[in-house]
Amino acid sequence: MALTGIQIFKLLPKTNCGECGVPTCLAFAMNLAAAKAELASCPYISAESKALLSEASAPPIRPVSIGSGDNVVKIGGETVLFRHEKTFVNKPGLALMISDAMPADEVAGRIKSFNLLKYEWIGLVLRAEMIAVRNESGDAGQFAALVKKVMDETDAALILMSDSADALKAALQVSAQRTPLIYAATDGNMEAMVALAKEYKCPLAAKAANLEDLTLLTDKISAAGVKDIVLDGGARTVRGAFEEQVFVRRAALVQKNRSLGFSTIAFPCEMTKEPMKEALIAAALIAKYAGIIVLSDFQGESLFPLLVARLNIYTDPQRPMMMQQGIYPIGNPNEDSPVLVTTNFALTYFIVSGEIEASRVPSWLMVMDTEGLSVLTAWAAGKFVGDAIGQFVKKSGITEKVKHRKIVIPGFVAAVSGDLEEELGSEWEVKIGPREAAHLAPFLKLGV
Amino acid sequence: MAFAIPKTTYTGKIKEVVLGKGPKAITVGGETSYPFHLFEGEMPHPPRIAIEVYDTPPDDWSEASLEPYRDVLRDPVAWAKKAAEVYGADLIALQLVSTDPNGLNIPSDQATETAKKVAAAVDIPVIVNGSGSPEKDAELLRKVAEACDGMNLVISPVVVDNYKQIGAGAIAYKHTVAANSPIDINLAKQLNILLGNLGVPDGQIIVDPTTGGLGYGIEYTYSVMERDRMAALTQQDERLQFPIICNLAKEIWKTKEAKAEDSPLMGNAAKRGVLMEAITAQLLLLAGADVLIMRHPEAIRLVREMITDLMA
Ligand code: SF4
Repeated sequence: MALTGIQIFKLLPKTNCGECGVPTCLAFAMNLAAAKAELASCPYISAESKALLSEASAPPIRPVSIGSGDNVVKIGGETVLFRHEKTFVNKPGLALMISDAMPADEVAGRIKSFNLLKYEWIGLVLRAEMIAVRNESGDAGQFAALVKKVMDETDAALILMSDSADALKAALQVSAQRTPLIYAATDGNMEAMVALAKEYKCPLAAKAANLEDLTLLTDKISAAGVKDIVLDGGARTVRGAFEEQVFVRRAALVQKNRSLGFSTIAFPCEMTKEPMKEALIAAALIAKYAGIIVLSDFQGESLFPLLVARLNIYTDPQRPMMMQQGIYPIGNPNEDSPVLVTTNFALTYFIVSGEIEASRVPSWLMVMDTEGLSVLTAWAAGKFVGDAIGQFVKKSGITEKVKHRKIVIPGFVAAVSGDLEEELGSEWEVKIGPREAAHLAPFLKLGV
Repeated sequence: MAFAIPKTTYTGKIKEVVLGKGPKAITVGGETSYPFHLFEGEMPHPPRIAIEVYDTPPDDWSEASLEPYRDVLRDPVAWAKKAAEVYGADLIALQLVSTDPNGLNIPSDQATETAKKVAAAVDIPVIVNGSGSPEKDAELLRKVAEACDGMNLVISPVVVDNYKQIGAGAIAYKHTVAANSPIDINLAKQLNILLGNLGVPDGQIIVDPTTGGLGYGIEYTYSVMERDRMAALTQQDERLQFPIICNLAKEIWKTKEAKAEDSPLMGNAAKRGVLMEAITAQLLLLAGADVLIMRHPEAIRLVREMITDLMA
């Protein structure tokens, strides 16, 4: 639980030596409480106080990493209930379920989907990161063999799902170096699962029928020395799963309940048999707090929109998404295609490029760096004005791409056309586009 | 530490707004908690789904979105009836796109006739959307309001540049206005204040925050809606306590990702479009949408099921 400045002050040396950068221990304590200072800045703090303080200043939802190498899934570490309050930081891992009772061709197909389904999207690669391997056969050897196969053929971060400690041990022997998540400790098998998590240094999922029982279980697991825990409160209905996520997030952040101060795993694959609906449940759980989302299968038609939804929800709302300055071809333009200019606020770009796309008139869209401001704000701030746009156009190299010398500016900045013409010189003609992007299609269809 | 359900205390309530007239009129709003947080408040009226009807046959729709409406594309009245009777729409959302001054620029009188016929043909509430051109909509929606006197349509979009003209029509002829602002909570609130000052009763206002589609700015809409509900329910911001309408289908189906053909990477085109629409709707529901304007019957079916399951 977070300590106040005064509580922290009591644990400091009270010598006011000033080595931490502020003149007094009290000032340092206040900064610590406000998370404006690091504990390590005070060289004189006692080991005992240090332990107490680091425990108290631990994040309310413990961050946990699953996987290794280039594909580590970090979950937890969230600090807010609503993304606008700060931002959501660690995107939920999306997992594909593969069972050791599946026929070989089915397994091969899933591994193939996992490796194939990666999407380029505004300079990023969107992909799912995880595979949940389920021990449905009841056979430890078969389970370990499938885990080995998945290890060999993918870079997936793994979830090892079994009730049997023996099967999990066999799987961990071949996969521990990839730091898989062990699923799951229950009240009945807690000791054996804790032993595995400790031996192989892997995070452990805790599963109970409800959050009351889960609280008791995580307390026992923590007391036994396993810190990296992932929660499954057992809900398998849509409403139940939604509420479980809300309860856990609020318990951790609002009630400072350390027993539930962990990320979660959710199973849309166990809530419906219909793949389309499963995708909708997953979307709801992306918005509302799941740390790992296990899906029964991956198909492009559902995984792509889920990956985009996840990106959107986890975008930092305090940093405008920006596009790189440059010339963006839309729909295979040629040397006669129209040239339009706009700002690099990502939303502006999305909307304008979407409308150009919809018009089916291939065009060159010139995106100017206005530090992520929209057209009107950039204009008001003096960043999207005649001479600035003119210089951008001249340096952009657009004259190597088109024969004509016509450029369309957004209708909202019609006032800059004179200055822009002056900056560009007489061979250029500045055309005034519509004020709203929605009117671009008819504008372009009329011919520029 | 023992577990106790962590509840939020709310101090506000979303106003109830009746849409339409007669036995099939519907009430939206009335929430006393965040969306679907039924363990700590009420959602007396589940979110409703309006189906789009276009006044002119669309020329740029994908196969998947045309398919359910192929037999009615040239007849808005038949289209509205099919949406109501076959696909079970709660409301009709008539999109008068042909009035766009930058497009076909159909005269307001002609479009008003279409609106009148559609509104008369169905017994469920009707939303009439102009083209989004503030000047043209001012003229068009005023005429629609007059021609459909007393039918309690939702007149949309009403923006800061035309709220006086359209608002006056809504007052005189008893319609509800959809107050539209560009994804900004302060501008949304400001417009609600202006409409109140003009004399539009609270029971005749719903808020259209401007909807960005999946991958095309949905996160902005999502967060503006969450902030709106937070202010309305926990900070007693009375001028934000209105139901929310999201005009989402057109934002989805125009994207190249929704239109792309089948491929190993992007999967089945029809299912992908349906899911892009349904996932957008799902996210907006969680942020606080009361009315969703949608297109594909399959997306609508899925979203309805989710609403039922979340309230089960
Ligand atoms: S360094 Fe430590 S002891 Fe010295 S003033 Fe800062 S907090 Fe106090």
